[in-house]
Order: sequence, then structure tokens, then C-alpha cells
Amino acid sequence: MEDVIPPVRRIVVGEPPTVVPANGTTPARTALTVRRRSRPPGAERMRIESLGVAYAGKPAVRDVSLTVHAGEVLALIGPSGCGKTTLLRCLNRLAELTPTATRAGRLTLDGDDVDALEVTQLRRRVSMVFQQPNPFPMSVFDNVAYALREQAARRPRRRDLAEPVEDALRRAGLWDEIHDDLDRPALRLSGGQQQRLCIARALAAKPDVLLLDEPCSALDPRSTAVIEELIVQLASELAVVIVTHNLQQAHRIADRVAFMYLGELVELGPVEQVFGAPRAARTRDYVSGAFG
Amino acid sequence: MAVATRREAAVETTASWRPLDRLALVACWSAGMLLCAIAAAIVIFMGYKGLQFLRPHLLWERPLADSDQSRSGGFLDPLIGTVALTALGTLIALPLGVATAVWLTEFGRPAPLARAVESGVEVIAGTPDIVLAIFGLVLFQQSFFGFLSFTAEGNAVFGRSFLTAGCMMALVALPFVVGGTREALQSIPRHVREASYALGKTKAATIRRVLLPASRPGIATGTVLGMGRIVGDTAIVVILLGATLQLQRVDGPPLIGDLRGTGSTLTSYVYNNSPAGEGNAPEKAYAAAFVLLVVVIGLNLVAGRIGSGRSAWKT
Amino acid sequence: MIGGMVVFVFAKAWPSFSHNGLHWFGPPAHGGSVDDQLAGIFNSPADPRRYEYTIGAWPLIWGTLLTTAGAVALGLTLALLSSIFIVEFAPPPVRRVMQPVIRLLAAVPSVVYGLIGILVLVPFVGNHLISQQRKESVVYVVQLSGSSLLVAVAILTVMIVPIMVAIMSDALRSVPRAWTEGSAALGVNRWRTVWTISVRAARPALIAATVLATARALGEAIMLSMVSGSTGFAPNPLDGLTFFLEPTRPLAATIVDNAEGLSVKPFGQTIYAFAAVLLVSTFLLSLAGWAAKQPLKRYGIAG
Repeated sequence: MEDVIPPVRRIVVGEPPTVVPANGTTPARTALTVRRRSRPPGAERMRIESLGVAYAGKPAVRDVSLTVHAGEVLALIGPSGCGKTTLLRCLNRLAELTPTATRAGRLTLDGDDVDALEVTQLRRRVSMVFQQPNPFPMSVFDNVAYALREQAARRPRRRDLAEPVEDALRRAGLWDEIHDDLDRPALRLSGGQQQRLCIARALAAKPDVLLLDEPCSALDPRSTAVIEELIVQLASELAVVIVTHNLQQAHRIADRVAFMYLGELVELGPVEQVFGAPRAARTRDYVSGAFG
Repeated sequence: MAVATRREAAVETTASWRPLDRLALVACWSAGMLLCAIAAAIVIFMGYKGLQFLRPHLLWERPLADSDQSRSGGFLDPLIGTVALTALGTLIALPLGVATAVWLTEFGRPAPLARAVESGVEVIAGTPDIVLAIFGLVLFQQSFFGFLSFTAEGNAVFGRSFLTAGCMMALVALPFVVGGTREALQSIPRHVREASYALGKTKAATIRRVLLPASRPGIATGTVLGMGRIVGDTAIVVILLGATLQLQRVDGPPLIGDLRGTGSTLTSYVYNNSPAGEGNAPEKAYAAAFVLLVVVIGLNLVAGRIGSGRSAWKT
Repeated sequence: MIGGMVVFVFAKAWPSFSHNGLHWFGPPAHGGSVDDQLAGIFNSPADPRRYEYTIGAWPLIWGTLLTTAGAVALGLTLALLSSIFIVEFAPPPVRRVMQPVIRLLAAVPSVVYGLIGILVLVPFVGNHLISQQRKESVVYVVQLSGSSLLVAVAILTVMIVPIMVAIMSDALRSVPRAWTEGSAALGVNRWRTVWTISVRAARPALIAATVLATARALGEAIMLSMVSGSTGFAPNPLDGLTFFLEPTRPLAATIVDNAEGLSVKPFGQTIYAFAAVLLVSTFLLSLAGWAAKQPLKRYGIAG
């Protein structure tokens, strides 16, 4: 299948901007523009039915229904304030931490209602990585081992932890860089390394679903590339949901895309369809850069 | 469309916590409740005892040098003593503290000196009151300071008087005044100062006309807090004010004579009348303590009230 | 000015130190009591060459250590748990009540605490907690009257808790939300999050609070002199439970109790020696607090 390139927006001073389809010529293939084939979705992990969220009465998410499958990357895109982060935070019930939030609708994880599960259990199976890297003020080892230590029935010894920690760091692509000194303070790492550390930390407890809230927005392009590569690899083992406002990023790494606008789910479908042949007019406008 | 049921956000239940964690939760609750209980007990108890023993005449009768304290006199003198001492201490601390704070925030050169002054203030804040008292005694017993108290025969300077106690009380209140002023000054945004300079005013005038008036709530809070501390302080009084029940005057012009003399305050009065002092009049001690408590709590409330109206510069 | 203060006190205290040497810190010689020694010093003849200086201040120091350590240990636990309660677990109405409660406890003057102590707690302990036979068992050494270590530590704890709570709850509140949210997102319950992340992040403030509280405890003279008994007795831990019921008199209280005698030369100098010890320990405390904060900066916990 040919690479699908999003249409571009041409801006000429003095005239209203127009949308022009890109040239037919294929661009030079670099590692970052080559897209792998999107995979067919695997087993369904989470199901969202008619989710509605309001903060102090003002709706942030309206009647959204979608499913999250293993083995694929689902990207939530949309302009600022469209509710994609709120939706993400509902998946691990983090939205409850805001006192004024109310929620309607049903969320299930592997068939179990999310509200019936103990919230700490839920969050162990559905892990989250935040926009700003937030490693704890401890050593690298302690950061990654944190969840493991908290979940164990009795305090595990360091030897027992060494292997899962190494495994998580390898999966996060950080092992080679820091395996020589795992006790260094986590806050001394660079931004990209910190974010990968947060991913490793989230992976350590072997979650079923990984949520990422604009994980690369605070990072430089090189770190971003590394992490995008990482996400694509991880998707083969878990279900990944990523919120991003970077359309090119969504195009690069997602298998399915959900476009949200003002709290409503406007379009949901495979990435080629949403970018190449969007069904809704609004999707077409957003994807082509007319607003956002 | 949206499902009809809207639920409140569910709060995490403790069902899945380990027993140790649940114990910790109970411990935290107990700690909080214990503190509330203690505070309530103190207030209720002192209120009860105070009202039981406080008769209005106590407030305006002078204490009599009677061996049976339980039936004689009131505590007007200690009351005056408290007021006088607080006034004295505040009068010294206020200009000194404001000046220091202004110097620290607006000037502050050379830097090592500024740091030294800051640390000095902190050290004073952390010094226990008896150490201050002892130091004051040592200092003011030097003959140089004879004018502050009275000199007995043989050139031994007594060293104890309202004036000397007042000076040390000023030290007690100083950190509060400095702190309050500094906070107030620092919360004034830069553009106010720049606007004033842009209009051609000198630094001194800016401070005087613009910054200080704006800091008034902060300065007031600090001062009132300092006053609260002075009122409640006993060690300095006991050591530096002598233990005379009534105000003793020293010869000289009336006011100065009084200030150079000795006396007592509510705090030392309570101390002396309790079984720890020589007194055997616990009723009076309760009454005086009640008054003391009311005054101190009142001062703190006032400080809190001033402090909360302090958002003049919040944009 | 601070330097002057230190120099002064030391100058006055020097004779006492120099006469006794290290024995100053030791127990009173020949099993005598500190009070006897103090009386002896007070009554010493007027001739400067024959001043009495001998004193072994250990009982006073021991009393100081005991009351301070006890109050700080209890106070730290109580304050930490209360702060966690206020910041994390208290429902909003309760939280609003706690703030004035803390301010109230902080504002009460030491005399009032002492008064309640001596008129309520001491008799209570003396009459209800100490049985007659216990009193008789030690009457040859000391009078057990209820003025005791127990009451002293209890009230001292209540006095230092408000300072600690104020500082600690501020610190716990200012832990970055990124960390607490991150911990919650990993499936860690609220208590464990507070305990492992927030407390760790707030450690410099906890240390500062403890140092401040210890300084306050050391310097508290009035309340202690009213409540802990007027004998310079060294409570003996080997006495078992009676340990808590024995009277004592920490350094600061000793200064207050004996303040009248300050003008008598050797006596005064002895008192100044006590004050000097207090000064030095307060200073050492500040140093210790500063030193304890250093290693924490490594892991990114701001100092």
C-alpha cells in the first residue's frame, strides 16, 4: 500500500488559506516517515459505553463509545479542550481525583465493570505515562521497582527485584544507557531518559493496557523518535492508547484513530481512513490543518 | 444520548488495604482527634475555672502584700505591667524590625552582611526565652546601663526593670515583625516599584510613600503576633522584672521612674500564685490565667483577621 | 550582637567550668544531690578565694535529655500523623476546624500549660497513678508527689506539636502533584502514596520542624519548672515503671528556679554555666539540622 500523506495547507499572504492535496510524488523515505502496515486489532481489552464526564456541571466528554484492543495503538486526536485527556484519565479512574468530576456511562476492563474493581487493582492493570516526565525523587532502580514493592505481599529483596527491573528497563529501551549505575538519582537523567524511565516504571507491573498522555510534547525530536519507536514495539504486547495533538505523530504510530471535538467522538477508524478518506467534514478539516 | 444516571466520583475504599495500612489510617485519625480533644479540653477547662474565679474587682484592684493572698486585692498592677511591657517591647521592635526588613529586601548590600543579619534574626527567633533573659541580665547589670534600672549601694546595678525587660521583649517580637514586613514587601510586584521610579521618585520616597503603606497589613500581622508572644512570655519577666507584686517606682520623674522600677505582669503573677511560686492562691492564678489566655487568643485572632485581608496585590 | 551574647555568657560561666573540669558533667560527688551542692555554692563564704564551685550537673543534664528526647519522640509521631491526617484524610469540614485548633494550641502561653499541669495533672498522677506502696518504696531517696517525668513529657509534647504540625502540613501540601498522581496511577493506595512519596519528599521540612521543636523543648523553662518537680533528681530507667513517675528538673527549669540567687557570685556563675550549656546545645542543634539536609539534596528533594 502506498504511503498516505496528509494534504497540506497552503498559505499565501493576502489571500485566504487553501487546502491543496500534496504532490503525487512520494517523499524521500526516511525512518520517520515510513509507516508500517497497520495491524488488525487483537482481543478486546476495554470497552467504553456512552461515557459522559462533566466538571462542576460543564460537560467535557459527551456520550463516547469505543473499544480498546490488544496489539494495537489507538490514538486520540483533536484540538485542545476536546476532552481527549479527560477520556484517557477515565480509563484508569484518575479523573476521580478531581473533586468536581462526575461521570456517567460504563467502562469495562476484560468484561469487568471498572467501578466494581478495586481502583488500585484497576490501575495496576491499566498504567499511565504523563505528559511531563515525573520520576520520583529516588534512584532509578527504586523508581522502577516502586510498583513491584508496593504490590508484593511482603517486602521483596533486592535480588528478587533485579530481574523484573532489568526486564522493564529493556522493554523501555533504557537498559543499555544506564545499566552501569542503577542507583543514580532519577532526576539527573535527561528529559528523554526520564520519560523512558516513566514508561519502564509503568511497564514493571506488567499492565494490560498502557495509557500515554502526550508523552513526547515536552521532549526534543530525537527523544521523541526513540519513544515513538518504543511505543510501536510495545503495542505488540499490550493495548496502547495515546493522546496526542501532533497529527504527524498519530499518523506515524497509530493503528486506529479517534477524532474528538468538543467532547464528542466525531470519527473512529483505521488510520488510513481517518487521514486519507475521512467520513466527517470536521475530521477532514482538522486533519488538513484548517483548525486546531 | 447520555445515560440518565450521573454519579459522583467514587472515592477509593479501604477494602483492599493491608491491615497495617488500615491501622495507619486509624492512627492518623486518632492523632487528629486527639489534638482537637486537647484543645477543647484546655479551652473548656480554663473557661470554666476562669469564670468561676474571675470577679470584676480583681481587674481593678491593686494587689496587697497580704500573707493570705486568697482574700486580698486584685491584679491591676500585673495587668498594667503586661500592658506596659508589651507596649514598650512593641515600640522598640516595630521601628527596628521594619527598618531591618526594609534594608534586607530593598537594599541588602553587601551580601554577606545581609546573610549575617538574616541568620542573626533567625538565631534570635530560635533562642529560648530564658537564655535571652539571662543575657539581658548580664548585659544590663553592667554599670554602663545603670540608667535603665536602679543602682543600689555599692555600685551594684540591679539590672531589672521595665526598661530592661522591655528591651529583651523587643528581641522576642523582632523576628515576627521582620518576617511579616519582609513577606509583605516581597509580595509587592516589581512593576509597582518600577512605576514609582519611572515617575521620578527616589528610592527612599518610594519606600516611604508607596511600599510601606502597601505593606501595612503584613506589618500589622507581624506586630500583633509579636505582641502575642510578649504577652505570653514568662521567663524574661521573672528574671528581668523582679518579683515585686506591685509596681515599684524608682526616684526620678514619674514615668521614667516607673519604667526604671520593677513590677510584675500577668504571667509572673500566675507563676507566683501557683504552687510553684510562693503563692497559695490558685483561684487568683486561674483568674489571671484566664484573662491572659483571652488576651493572647484575641491577639492571635486579630492577627489572623488582618492577615487574611492581605491580597491587595493579587492580580 | 549574637556573638556578644555568647561571649558574655561564657565569660560569666567560665569560673564554674574551670573549677570543676569535666566533673561538671558528672554526677554529684559522694552520692550527694545537686540541690545540696547548689545550696552549698549559694552559701559559700564571701571571700573570693574560698568560693565553693563544686557541682556535678549530670542529674540536671540527664533530666533535660530525658524530657527533651521524650517530648520530641512523642511529638514527632503525633505531629506527623496529624499532619498526614490534615492534608490527606480529613474531610473538608474537619480540616477547617483543625487549623484554628493548631493555632490555639500554639498560642497558649507556657504558664497556662504549667498551671493546668500543676493544678490538674500533677495531683491526678500523684493520687491516682502512684500507689501508696510505690511511694513508700522509694521514700528514702526521693518524694514521689506526682511532679514527674510523665507529666513533664506529656505537656511538653503538646507544646511542641503545633509548630511541627504547621511546618509539616505545609510541606506535605507542597509535594508536586506530578508525584502523587504518578503514584496513584501505578495503583498505590492513598496511605502508601503519602508514606512513601510525600513523606520522603517533605523530609527536609520534617527535619527542620524537628530541630525547631527540639530547640523549643530544650528552652522551655517555665512550664517545666512548675510541673517536673523541684529536685535535681536523675530518674533511673532501671526503676521500671517508677521511672516515669520520678521527679526531675531539666536545666532550663533549674535556671528559673534559682534565678533569685544570680547576684551571688559563685552561684550566679554556676547558673550562667547552665545557660551556656543550653546555648551551645541549641547552636549544635541548628548545625545538626543543616547537616542532615545535605545528603537529601542528591535525590532531588529541595533543601
